[in-house]
Amino acid sequence: MKFWQRIFKTEESIMGSRKDSLWKTLDWWTIGLYLVLVVCGWFSICGASYDYGDPNFFDFGTRAGKQLMWIGCSLGLGFVLLMLEDRIYDTYAYLIFGVMLLLLFGTIFNPHEIKGSRSWIVLGPVSLQPAEFAKFATALALAKYMSEYSYNMERFKHMVITLAIIFVPMILIVCQKETGSALVYLSFFLVLYREGMTGSILFAGVCAVIYFIIGIRFSAEMMPDGMTLWGEFAVLGLVVIFTALLVEAYGKVGNRASLYIGVCGCGTILLGLLFSLYVIPFNVGILEIVVCSVMGIYLIYLFLHERIRNYLYILFFSICSIGFLFSADYVFNNVLEPHQQIRIKVLLGMEDDPTGAGYNVNQSKIAIGSGGLTGKGFLNGTQTKLKYVPEQDTDFIFCTVGEEQGFVGSVIVVLLFAILIWRLIHLAERQTSRFGRVYGYSVLSIFFFHLFVNIGMVLGLTPVIGIPLPFFSYGGSSLWGFTILLFVFLRIDAARER
Amino acid sequence: MDRNYNLSKRRYVIGTVVLCVVILFVVRLFVLQVMTDEYKQNADSNAFLRKIQYPSRGIIYDRTDKLLVYNQPAYDITVITKEITSLDTADLCRTLKITPEFLRKKFRDMKDKRLNPGYSPYTNQVLLTQLSAEDCGVLQEKLFKFPGFYIQRRTIRQYNYNVGAHILGDIAEVSKGDMELDEYYQPGDFIGKLGVERSYEKQLRGEKGVEILLRDAHGRIQGNYMDGKYDKAPIPGKNITLSLDIELQQLGERLLEGKIGSIVAIEPSTGEVLCLVSSPSYDPHLMVGRERGKNHLAMSRNPWKPLLNRAIMGTYPPGSTFKTTQALTFLQEGIIVPGTMYSCSHGFSFRGLHVGCHGHPSPLPLIPAIATSCNGYFCWGLYHMIGARQKYGSVQKAMNTWRDYMVSMGFGYSLGIDLPGEKRGMIPNAKFYDKAYRGSWNGLTIISISIGQGEVTATPLQMANLGATIANRGYFITPHVVKKVEGEQLDSLYLKKRYTLVEKSHYEEVAQGMRMAVLGGTCRAANLPDIEICGKTGTAQNHGKDHSAFMGFAPYHNPQIAVAVYVENGGWGATYGVPIGKLMIEKYLKGKLSPEDEVLATDIQNRRIDYGLEER
Repeated sequence: MKFWQRIFKTEESIMGSRKDSLWKTLDWWTIGLYLVLVVCGWFSICGASYDYGDPNFFDFGTRAGKQLMWIGCSLGLGFVLLMLEDRIYDTYAYLIFGVMLLLLFGTIFNPHEIKGSRSWIVLGPVSLQPAEFAKFATALALAKYMSEYSYNMERFKHMVITLAIIFVPMILIVCQKETGSALVYLSFFLVLYREGMTGSILFAGVCAVIYFIIGIRFSAEMMPDGMTLWGEFAVLGLVVIFTALLVEAYGKVGNRASLYIGVCGCGTILLGLLFSLYVIPFNVGILEIVVCSVMGIYLIYLFLHERIRNYLYILFFSICSIGFLFSADYVFNNVLEPHQQIRIKVLLGMEDDPTGAGYNVNQSKIAIGSGGLTGKGFLNGTQTKLKYVPEQDTDFIFCTVGEEQGFVGSVIVVLLFAILIWRLIHLAERQTSRFGRVYGYSVLSIFFFHLFVNIGMVLGLTPVIGIPLPFFSYGGSSLWGFTILLFVFLRIDAARER
Repeated sequence: MDRNYNLSKRRYVIGTVVLCVVILFVVRLFVLQVMTDEYKQNADSNAFLRKIQYPSRGIIYDRTDKLLVYNQPAYDITVITKEITSLDTADLCRTLKITPEFLRKKFRDMKDKRLNPGYSPYTNQVLLTQLSAEDCGVLQEKLFKFPGFYIQRRTIRQYNYNVGAHILGDIAEVSKGDMELDEYYQPGDFIGKLGVERSYEKQLRGEKGVEILLRDAHGRIQGNYMDGKYDKAPIPGKNITLSLDIELQQLGERLLEGKIGSIVAIEPSTGEVLCLVSSPSYDPHLMVGRERGKNHLAMSRNPWKPLLNRAIMGTYPPGSTFKTTQALTFLQEGIIVPGTMYSCSHGFSFRGLHVGCHGHPSPLPLIPAIATSCNGYFCWGLYHMIGARQKYGSVQKAMNTWRDYMVSMGFGYSLGIDLPGEKRGMIPNAKFYDKAYRGSWNGLTIISISIGQGEVTATPLQMANLGATIANRGYFITPHVVKKVEGEQLDSLYLKKRYTLVEKSHYEEVAQGMRMAVLGGTCRAANLPDIEICGKTGTAQNHGKDHSAFMGFAPYHNPQIAVAVYVENGGWGATYGVPIGKLMIEKYLKGKLSPEDEVLATDIQNRRIDYGLEER
């Protein structure tokens, strides 16, 4: 009897101490932020789905009631995830990833189409979107792979596999016609950047976006000389300036090459422009291509002279930039779907269409703008009630915050998200294992991407890409997906000392 | 270590990027919410109201430009729940001639977010649809008594003839599934459900327009936004001309009265369907207005299945009409030449297997074999083809060669007619028999497919298409019921010639056989003095009484019409198939029936076949 008691007691004390340590090492700040955001989100959904009359938010037939149910499930799910052994994520990372890929692949052949998308699996009354959970699986697989002992990002094979882990689920999701959800996977590049990927790739990505926007926006507008296209002129000019800056940053220190390129290149172009404007009009774009060619030859000369490979990379960047300019038009007109073209055109102000593609954004701006400094108060928004804003409880949920809580409320929500992300950076950095760090960065990058694109879209800064705002948008799949992402990281973080 | 240290500094870069985005958002929010009042005014006084303007649906004509389907005004009752201050339910129900239960149900459905996701008590919601002008007129006078109720004018379909329901189809309110598939549709919109209305929905419906109205915070309309600069006028639907000859269709439906069956006629040179009769049919007027649901339900419970378009959905054994395909195949494969004689002593008897036949001279060559519809001849042909191991190597290869011929003639797969729900029929292949007979089978096992029995089935459309192929001597154009869509090219599928695997010269032999059948064979009753009709009877065995079939075309040279007739349990091919085929051809080529054929038509119209009450 005593024997059993002893065993029982010891076991209890072991269990007790383990649990104690879990509760102690758990990051309560993050959990607090999570709870605050989820509660704010629920109130927003109440506001967005509310019709005057019967405020019955606890009725499970209403969207607010359903969301409450899903929040309850999420909390339970979060608790279960914290109770699980932290090592299972490391051990089963590939298994989880593999199962998820199969599920994504299966969903492509899903006969149920909901609004042109095949991404929903319907199980009786519940519809699930595997794409929401695939982010978690991908983050795990990425963390697992990058934490392997011999992993080295500079090795070609390792980089290819890393990219495959990111792009395979992304492509599968594109096949489900969920381009928005697929774009989220680009956020993993932020993780790669933290883990040592050269920053120039991110730089190149940013350049590509700039070229694309300028190239498309001004593709059909003539400069005053009547011969030069604005878009072409601006992008080629930017190529010269970027090249000069890159040579400055990555070239041989103390070398004046960047100065030569910048001054001579820009000078020639400016002179050519003046000549074209006031003497004989000609296509300055051609002159710019000549300048770029000369610049290319100069870079080759520098490479042969200084024997620094970076010059070749810079040359490669310049050539790609020019190629991108000329392919962007093609991509825009032939690859993108008409509705995507219109969304981009409206965003860039090329088409004014407050009733068609611009309708959502225009209405959401009106809704937010009408909120003023302090907002109209909970459940008092008129724009959202009158159903002017489509998708107002899913993708456009931030409208309700803007309208009912005003500038103050919106800024607080944005700041809460920012604090969560900064806190996650802090947590990720204090991980002792690379696995934990990579996973942590994946989580925060995904949150950041959703935040940026979703609120940017509602504010009319980014194109209309249908991805949810974490913890705010109505829907069980997305809420659970984000909860899993976050709580698995918290569990890994709680075990960081071992 | 130095490197790792450097990398961990990247956290500040990432943190700064986040900060930049936050600043960007805050600045943008500040600009939108605090700096300008413009948006606030927009919201307070200039809210948009998007008023949908419905286009008129395209009109449908027949090939002779007779008006078949047009639009008639009808009225919807819409309601803004928030504006209902008092409601005298009893009075409203009396006015609209509905029961209070029905009204309550309609209100419940309207407010149910699952059925009507766009519900809001502040916007106009559709309560009742398709009221007639009379019903609505009464309400109009008393409308002041019912605040919150509005009348919206729209159009419904109206039909000039009471035939052709299967082809014309109908329209009905969109279902939830329709709305999920296509974002164009909103609750209360109409969509084609059957027939041409469905297959040409996109062309017929046109495009909805929109009027953008401004309204103040109290919901009062203040006028058009930007003086209508952004309004979009509705684009009316495109008119459609069918290839159907409505008078021929009328005659067809008349002849099949009280019988279950189909008549399909095709213009061989174009593939245009001249008539597509499926009996029993129904009056298209039944599918219009508020009675549609009730009528539709009643018909879907009718054991004779009037909603089923048997011409393209019924799959039957083609019977002896199928022998023409066999003759063509054997000729092309060199199994027989026109002079090949087979003996037939009251049928095909070989190794204990017997397929019966009727009295005619024996042995006989191909053309009389077609004319007298000799079973023995074609059984021998198939037996020799499937058994030709030296030519094909195996029974399986011979079988699949045979299958390829049938498929090239339009059997075994749906032809691709522009109507929903076409069935493909059945042409067995070697794999099918390997499975059915566990690999041990030969020409004798499957001999009945040579006379269009056994596993072979086809739709009446495919049989008529066979007639068109023979009329064209070797090709067909995919049958279609729409001749022209206003301002649009016809689908290239309906312009392209599809050649079979058989040469033209062999078709000449078969056509000659079919001509002989009319002059002195099984189709003698189809003979007309001034039209050279070619035909082939069919008497298809099945569990009950035989099905009566006919497939033919006319004139012999330069054919204008190919026709297939199929009457379930009609007995001999000559009983129903042949006279009906003759009447259809005569009507189309001459425009009217001769007096004695008018008598024949009335006689056939009045004949009834007893089908009992079991489900068919």
